[in-house]
Amino acid sequence: MSKVKVAVLGSGNIGTDLMIKLARSEVLELTTVIGIEPESDGLRKARERGYITIDNGIKGFLERPELADIIFDATSAKAHIRHAKLLKEAGKQVLDLTPAAVGPFVVPTVNLIEHLNAENINLITCGGQATIPMVHAVNRVQPVEYAEIVATISSESAGPGTRANIDEFTQTTSRGIEVIGGAKKGKAIIILNPAEPPIIMRDTIHALIEGEVVNEEEIIESIKEMEQEVKSYVPGYRLRQEPIFDGNRITIFIEVEGAGDYLPKYSGNLDIMTAAAVKVAEEWAKNKIANLTVS
Amino acid sequence: MTNERDVLITEVALRDGSHAIRHQFTVEQVTTIAKALDEANVPFIEVSHGDGLGGSSLQYGFSLTNELELIEAAASVVNNSKIAVLLLPGIGTMQELKKAAELGAKMARVATHVTEADVSPQHIALAKDLGLETVGFLMMSHMAPTEKLVEQAKLMESYGADTVYVVDSAGALLPHQVKERIRALKDTLQINVGFHAHNNLSLAMANTLVAIEEGATRIDGSIRCLGAGAGNTQTEVLVAVLDKLGIKTGIDLYKMMDIAEDLVAPILEKPQEITRDGLVLGYAGVYSSFLLFAQRAAKRFGIDSRDILLELGNRKVVGGQEDMIMDVASEIAKRRLVHER
Repeated sequence: MSKVKVAVLGSGNIGTDLMIKLARSEVLELTTVIGIEPESDGLRKARERGYITIDNGIKGFLERPELADIIFDATSAKAHIRHAKLLKEAGKQVLDLTPAAVGPFVVPTVNLIEHLNAENINLITCGGQATIPMVHAVNRVQPVEYAEIVATISSESAGPGTRANIDEFTQTTSRGIEVIGGAKKGKAIIILNPAEPPIIMRDTIHALIEGEVVNEEEIIESIKEMEQEVKSYVPGYRLRQEPIFDGNRITIFIEVEGAGDYLPKYSGNLDIMTAAAVKVAEEWAKNKIANLTVS
Repeated sequence: MTNERDVLITEVALRDGSHAIRHQFTVEQVTTIAKALDEANVPFIEVSHGDGLGGSSLQYGFSLTNELELIEAAASVVNNSKIAVLLLPGIGTMQELKKAAELGAKMARVATHVTEADVSPQHIALAKDLGLETVGFLMMSHMAPTEKLVEQAKLMESYGADTVYVVDSAGALLPHQVKERIRALKDTLQINVGFHAHNNLSLAMANTLVAIEEGATRIDGSIRCLGAGAGNTQTEVLVAVLDKLGIKTGIDLYKMMDIAEDLVAPILEKPQEITRDGLVLGYAGVYSSFLLFAQRAAKRFGIDSRDILLELGNRKVVGGQEDMIMDVASEIAKRRLVHER
């Protein structure tokens, strides 16, 4: 099967984890890792693995645009705004893992199909990737009036960017719960827990369901189906226990264990972002290949 | 009445007490109490959802009245007292802080877990920009060693906080631990040091006195103990005790006693006392607002609420993790079922 060439922009933790995941892909061929620090651990690892490395950022890549058709941007929101414009001009498809949200929000199990030809998509937040599938799973059975998610992540896996801009997490996730999850109103809460050893990412989804009678059985079935769908690209994604119903209120408990590729296993929050990004890129690539075959 | 004060007291009943009454404050209650506290010359009155701005949620309980209405109502009836609001980054946002300031809040208390001060720089900076007196509030202070607390307090000082509080959210600190912490902060910081107690181990007053002895000049109290868990240092009692010690609070003791008796006591669903669950909060080092949630979960799963609280303490659960209560309760129930078989 032919592969589509991709590049990773950003050689930090996320970029490096992407590099390891992409090596396993059957439809994506990682050719290039782009950073700005020649001595960074990420670029060093990329060189060791035989990838082309570019150490003068987006500028260097734009001089050799043939290296990739799909770009993963794992830099920062501020940098992405500039990258998005340049990469659009270069005709590349871009996955934005930063909170910049230039392009539409995508959660693979919910709305990827609508964005197969998008030039830029945003992956919302880790909390969004973990919980929006469940909001959608309830909402597709019975309308959700209000959904609220609580993401608890270990202090160790919350980077300086998340910490300095914590409102960005809650606001972006709330919006995702509404726009992609389908809840009429959304709210997000994030809690950092410093316990040692670090705790695995946990997410709780509370929702208020519309209607006189709550269709418990069908909702549970939908939730379990969704668990399997997410698990297909995030193996450590699981329900911690049966959902709890209380009148028209449901509470769903999730745990996300990382794959332990580059990031530690407790960093399910970071793993679900990189895994979702690879999943989207793979669907894009399949779509590209299919279109080529047709024409 | 004198405006000379050795210690500046913040009355937290209209915020911390929100937990105890499941966030059911009405505009009328808040207006009446805030007005009376102003007349008693209380310097700061905190008004917010128990979990701070934006705390109204399924996770923590919905507010009966939008807290912004309560803040506006309180601000409209005070002449000398300043209205304070609490904000926990991760729950509330800068947007809500701006609204609270527009409605008349004069003090922002920005709260983080004791080890996570670095989620607060934007909020502290905004509070300063808005012209608010700004407090850094290091919650669950018993969970970190003193050196860590000092490091985190210095961060908040560097972000621009005017005061940093040692917050004993679980009511778990013992007097010698309070002494060590306050002394270390006084030795290191240039700004004011404050102390917030919970009475779960019946140590709120003792700990508060130790804190003041070590140089804390900002103290929290809740009138009639209207706060989470077993409540906080009882404000009217503290005013009396400090008066006997010759420490000036500037607060009218008689008026405070009347507010406690005539206005606050009728709001309480039951008198604040140290129940067995309240005691376990302090003993296990669990966030005081977990109390009612643990009791509800215990009822649902037919288990002892103390077992839930102890297990939460073992797992080092932090403030805000109310969702863990159901989770842990269901695990305990399941484990017991297996055991019985």
